[in-house]
Amino acid sequence: MDLAFSPEHTTFRDEVRAFIASALPPHLRAKAESDAHFEHHEAMEWHRILFQKGWVAPHWPVEHGGPGFDATSRFILHDELEFANTPGLSPFGLVMVGPAIMQFGTEDQQRRFLPKILSGEEIWCQGYSEPNAGSDLASLKTSAEDAGTHFVVNGQKTWTTYAQYANWIFCLVRTDPRAKKQSGITFLLIDLKTPGVTVKPFLTIGGTPAFSETWFDNVKVPKQNVVGVIDGGWTVAKALLGHERTQLAAVGTIGRVIRTCKRIASRTKLADHALIDEPAFRDKITRLEVRHRSLKMANWRALAGAQLGRAPGPESSILKIRGAELSQQVYELAMELMGHDALAWFPEPGVVMDIEQSIASLFCYLRATTIYGGSNEIQRNIIAKHILGLG
Amino acid sequence: MNFDLTEDQRMLVDAALAFTRKQSPVSRMRKLRDDPIGWSPEVFRQMGELGWLGLPFPEAVGGIGGSFVDLALVLEQLGQTLVPEPIVPSLVAGMAILAAGDAAQQRAYLTPMVAGRSSLALAWAEADGRYDPGHVTTRAERTLAGFRLTGHKRFVLDGHAAAQLVVSARDGKAVSLFVVDAKAPGVQVRPVRTIDGRRAALVELDVEVAEDRRLGGDGLAALSHALEVGAAAACAEGAGIMRAVLAMTTEYLRTREQFGVKIGSFQVLQHRAVDMFIETELAYSAMLAAVIRIDDPDLAERTAAVTSAKVQLAESGRYVTQQAIQLHGGIGITDEHDVGLYFKRMVALNAMFGDAEHHLARFAARPGYLAGV
Repeated sequence: MDLAFSPEHTTFRDEVRAFIASALPPHLRAKAESDAHFEHHEAMEWHRILFQKGWVAPHWPVEHGGPGFDATSRFILHDELEFANTPGLSPFGLVMVGPAIMQFGTEDQQRRFLPKILSGEEIWCQGYSEPNAGSDLASLKTSAEDAGTHFVVNGQKTWTTYAQYANWIFCLVRTDPRAKKQSGITFLLIDLKTPGVTVKPFLTIGGTPAFSETWFDNVKVPKQNVVGVIDGGWTVAKALLGHERTQLAAVGTIGRVIRTCKRIASRTKLADHALIDEPAFRDKITRLEVRHRSLKMANWRALAGAQLGRAPGPESSILKIRGAELSQQVYELAMELMGHDALAWFPEPGVVMDIEQSIASLFCYLRATTIYGGSNEIQRNIIAKHILGLG
Repeated sequence: MNFDLTEDQRMLVDAALAFTRKQSPVSRMRKLRDDPIGWSPEVFRQMGELGWLGLPFPEAVGGIGGSFVDLALVLEQLGQTLVPEPIVPSLVAGMAILAAGDAAQQRAYLTPMVAGRSSLALAWAEADGRYDPGHVTTRAERTLAGFRLTGHKRFVLDGHAAAQLVVSARDGKAVSLFVVDAKAPGVQVRPVRTIDGRRAALVELDVEVAEDRRLGGDGLAALSHALEVGAAAACAEGAGIMRAVLAMTTEYLRTREQFGVKIGSFQVLQHRAVDMFIETELAYSAMLAAVIRIDDPDLAERTAAVTSAKVQLAESGRYVTQQAIQLHGGIGITDEHDVGLYFKRMVALNAMFGDAEHHLARFAARPGYLAGV
């Protein structure tokens, strides 16, 4: 057994760090260091820089413009970007619909969509959830009626992350209303400029418009926009969930926020010592750090398996659950450490420390981590059934 | 990065698992609770013959010269059926001898243990010292022939049965380690029952030992290292306990019926079992880091890996064994059911070689804790 990265991977990690140090523009670096919120155009600026470098889609195969990285290099790149807090890239094109089009799409679809996902020219969002189809996604009602050469789509999608910035949406729509739940659903690509589409952003408890609601009113969608087969959308959607299981734990982000906690605690001065010298707070920080290390190690085990091309083992199924919980816990601790500063909501510069500026908003928003991507309760149902054989 | 077992390691694990199945199911440990020694000298000898006791020790003392990881893998399997032989007490005492003793001392004291002919115990803990190896009031004073040791040691694991005791004593300003014959006049060994059905000893020393009984190396450094190895070993055994307890509990959920259905069909119990599974995986992951890093020259990394694994063991081990009892319901609190034996062994593992608070403090006191802050 061996815990070290190979010399090649260590060299690659150094290369990634050097690249981030030189390529991240100063105005983004300042925000990254103070954990500030990135605007959509800033994320796209970073997207284009990574695209130029050839690293924007580390998991894409070479024939579609990926760099041909192995699992460990992909993890290293992801982890270093997270830890450096570079702007997060929208996953909907790169991680979700892109790979789906590679696996299930026609050659025409691949030629039409993939290059623009890669370059960032076209931005995607996801149309899965509906007001009455959350965890029970298969109960979705948005309908696509066969009208010869095209479908006519009617219904409402919600939680369409950053739809207000997107050009395209990939949707699960019901094409056969008589079929049983999972069958009769089709994976459909819809141009958001099509007449009849309405996008309305809404604020989250984090105070930022991360999500939109999207309405479809007699929207005509050409049949060549079906990915996979008609009524076979569930298969496509399920395959999407299996991608990059080793990156679900967000260990890079959690590690960075723990460092932020230590920074806040070190810079918060009391009469004759710093907050970090208070045993009660130091103990809280340390306990989270221990959990982070264990999770990182579980993540590395999953990664070592992926590097050898194995299917994800039991250790990988816990990554999403614990990563989501720990992400919330580290922000909660940061809030506690801030004391009165935690009261400030989007304060003017100088009211609180720079590194505290966005904590309250993120703390609130990240209540979402245990809900999105399959809630932690759904994840537990899956583990109970498929790993522990209960049910 | 690679966590696959080598061919040799796979064989070792298989042999240990076969041993637990054929020779030492939990029922054996249960019987030995009432035995004055609590373990079997024949079985210990057999473990020596199998090479287990010598895994991390050099060939010069009859060992295999393998890595600590190999031994950890064996301990993990033996933990699954609570095998009671005192491998860990002998291991930590042996590690101290290996670190501080010269070649002759290593040969003299390690060879019989590695062969399984007798066991060793590490007598270091004292009243008022909790887990601080530097808290040593036992004194070593020079005499014509060697040293006179006086003092009290508490909860010497396997101290009631070990042939030799490795004793820490204040030798002038420094702390030295002495190998003391447990049967020597002036050594009073009082056995104490421990919560896990095993034995430890309270040891009172007023004994004269020969010059060559003192290990020449830095006693405190050797002792600290030995305790670190003990902590990692406890994590390995604890990982096996959690695995066994999880399996036992999910099996119970799949078979026990109430309200006309298997209780494993209840979501609240399913989710509890999943949390036990998560904790088991996390503790196992942390344990791997600790046993791989145990000899890492990078002090900060080594300390972080071992201390965090021991803290994780405390948190996960407590959760898994307590919830195992809860999910078993009333039967779980009977002495007749095995789950309580695992629960109590986990309590013991958490109390030895530094508890969670001790290791949290060490984690935060290590070099590099505030790096980048």
